[in-house]
Amino acid sequence: MSTFLDRLLGRVKLGGWLALVAPLLAVLFAVVITSIVLLATGKPPLETFNALAQYGAQPRTMAVIVNTGTEYYISALAVAIGFRMNLFNIGVDGQYRLAAVVAAGVGGAALLPGVLNIILIVVVAVVVGALWAAIAGLLRVTRGVSEVISTIMLNSIATGIGSWLVTNYFGVLKGNELATKEIPQDSRVPGMALIPGTQLQVTGFVVVAIILGIAYYVLLNRTRFGFELRATGQSESAAIASGISVKKMIVVTMVVSGVVAGLIGMPELLGASYKYSTNFPTGLGFTGIAIALLGRNNAVGMAIGALLWSFLDNSSDTLQLLDISKEIVAIMQGVIVLSVIIAYELVHRYRIVAEQRRVSRELATPQQAEGAAA
Amino acid sequence: MRSIAVLTAGVLVVAAAACGGKPPGSSGSDATSMRVGLAYDIGGRGDQSFNDAAAAGLDDAKRSFGLRTVKELTATPGETDAQKAERLRVLAEAGYSPIIAVGYAYSEPMKKVAPDFRDTRFAIVDDTMARGPNISNLLFAEEQGSFLVGAAAALKSRTGHVGFVGGVESPLVKKFQYGFTQGVKYIRPGYTVAVKYLTQPPDLTGFNDPAKARLAAQGMYDAGADVVYQAAGGSGAGVFEAAKEHQAWAIGVDSDQAMTADPEVRGNILTSMVKKVDVAVYDYLANIMDGTVKAGPTVYDLRLGGVDYSTTGGHIRDIQPRLEELKQEIIVGKIKVRAA
Repeated sequence: MSTFLDRLLGRVKLGGWLALVAPLLAVLFAVVITSIVLLATGKPPLETFNALAQYGAQPRTMAVIVNTGTEYYISALAVAIGFRMNLFNIGVDGQYRLAAVVAAGVGGAALLPGVLNIILIVVVAVVVGALWAAIAGLLRVTRGVSEVISTIMLNSIATGIGSWLVTNYFGVLKGNELATKEIPQDSRVPGMALIPGTQLQVTGFVVVAIILGIAYYVLLNRTRFGFELRATGQSESAAIASGISVKKMIVVTMVVSGVVAGLIGMPELLGASYKYSTNFPTGLGFTGIAIALLGRNNAVGMAIGALLWSFLDNSSDTLQLLDISKEIVAIMQGVIVLSVIIAYELVHRYRIVAEQRRVSRELATPQQAEGAAA
Repeated sequence: MRSIAVLTAGVLVVAAAACGGKPPGSSGSDATSMRVGLAYDIGGRGDQSFNDAAAAGLDDAKRSFGLRTVKELTATPGETDAQKAERLRVLAEAGYSPIIAVGYAYSEPMKKVAPDFRDTRFAIVDDTMARGPNISNLLFAEEQGSFLVGAAAALKSRTGHVGFVGGVESPLVKKFQYGFTQGVKYIRPGYTVAVKYLTQPPDLTGFNDPAKARLAAQGMYDAGADVVYQAAGGSGAGVFEAAKEHQAWAIGVDSDQAMTADPEVRGNILTSMVKKVDVAVYDYLANIMDGTVKAGPTVYDLRLGGVDYSTTGGHIRDIQPRLEELKQEIIVGKIKVRAA
């Protein structure tokens, strides 16, 4: 029997047509509830959805959506790795920010030329993310500290360390802005003119994100590590019984999650702003949690979720032009996450009930046959 | 080439204004067809502080000039430069001009967007880095206003001990601190000024953490300070609470906080260093209307009425003549207030 948590985190799969019904139901829920909210605030829902559709159909917008979505997707992957093992890594936020600060500082110093510097920056980010996440993993296995608590604390500490580093070591003053030194021209990751009809380039990291998505799928579904990770997530006692070292799994999973988290800031650092400043995006780790839930920890599901989330986030200016409050976007996002959870839960329950009926029917049928024979 | 085009446009506008008639459908100085766009930083209209001051200037301009089309967009927390740039672009593409960006967070985005829209006029508050033939930088002499409230603190202090609580130790907030300290020392060279910043950049939470500000101010009052000046944005409320607890004085910032703060603590606000973003926004729009707008920095100082001290509550009535004297001396350049 699956628990609600198993179903929430996508550990139970829906088969056949039910797999299609659940997301459709979720979209229907979300549209209906958002329409009600819009009507309640005196805005016409049809016009709003039409404006959103028109905004999303512009080539420039598509590039913007992919660029923001890339960061969201990497963040969701980092969160999902923990989720699949019942590890709630709330610390992705601190992990990527600290990783980005240190990487920006090292990269700005230009110790190596060109591509070598890019490699150095990425390696530094990955190592810092992994080490920061490992602290929570080690605390969990040695002292039994819940990773939820420790990672929330570590987020705050990461903020403090980041500020200390920028203020005392990495920071350069330009106007009113204190930021790390810009990464030199030859160590930047170029964009790609992927979308016709706009000059805005798509970040080169979209390739990295896709590779990470595939790696996530393969790691979880096609490797022994992935099997052990899923097994530990489903039942810790069963995992121990089958010889899996749960402690090792916890630390390794946190580290892998941290490795991916370290990459979240890279599209911004190497492809957009080239420095860490007060304008560096914050909160991506929490966005990742929402998207992991939205995509049910499924590699493709999260990609769709990340693009949808990014589309909504970026449409806030267009909505404001129509005098629709930007908070509508936050409401829509919340409604969508809840809709997905509720829709899948309903479909799961329907499946369970239908299965019980089928089983009881099957159990009942042979008895009748026996009776008929007698 | 570019500057010639701007110059010609300027001359045309002046010529049109001089004729006294505004040809129908002409862009620029015609109030009914002018589309004004405002891009706020996080918080937007209703933050009771910086953004609200800009909004007030816009509202004044709307009334005086009869502006019909005004659009205000607000940032979301944690967004990237690219998203801020997109906001400016959305406004520019929808035909808004001028577009006013409120806050130095728009510096990099404006650098990227303004060159793509040469016929659109841009303005940015608090930033000197984004320059261009179509960008006006609206700046303030925060150190001058802070000097005056520093003088007020020194004149009012009985313990010879005053304090400064800054939200984030950014270059902008340091201008407030430097001005304040100079003001105190000018009046009473022997007085001590305790200084505390809540966070270091790039951590901006210091602008929105009243509990931390309250602790910092409590520490200062406990150590004997009897006047504390806060330049801490949303955290300032915590300083006011601490002032009330200790029955001591606090000094507000940006707007006249004896009128905007929680009514409970208003009695403890000695004065406020008002930074009149509304004056700058109004002035900029007025210049657009009469065609005298210029690119580059304009510093709104005491002379231009861009900074000042407030008198609500009447707590500084006795020292007001002295403060006015100091103000005049700064305006004529007899007292030079350093910004760094």
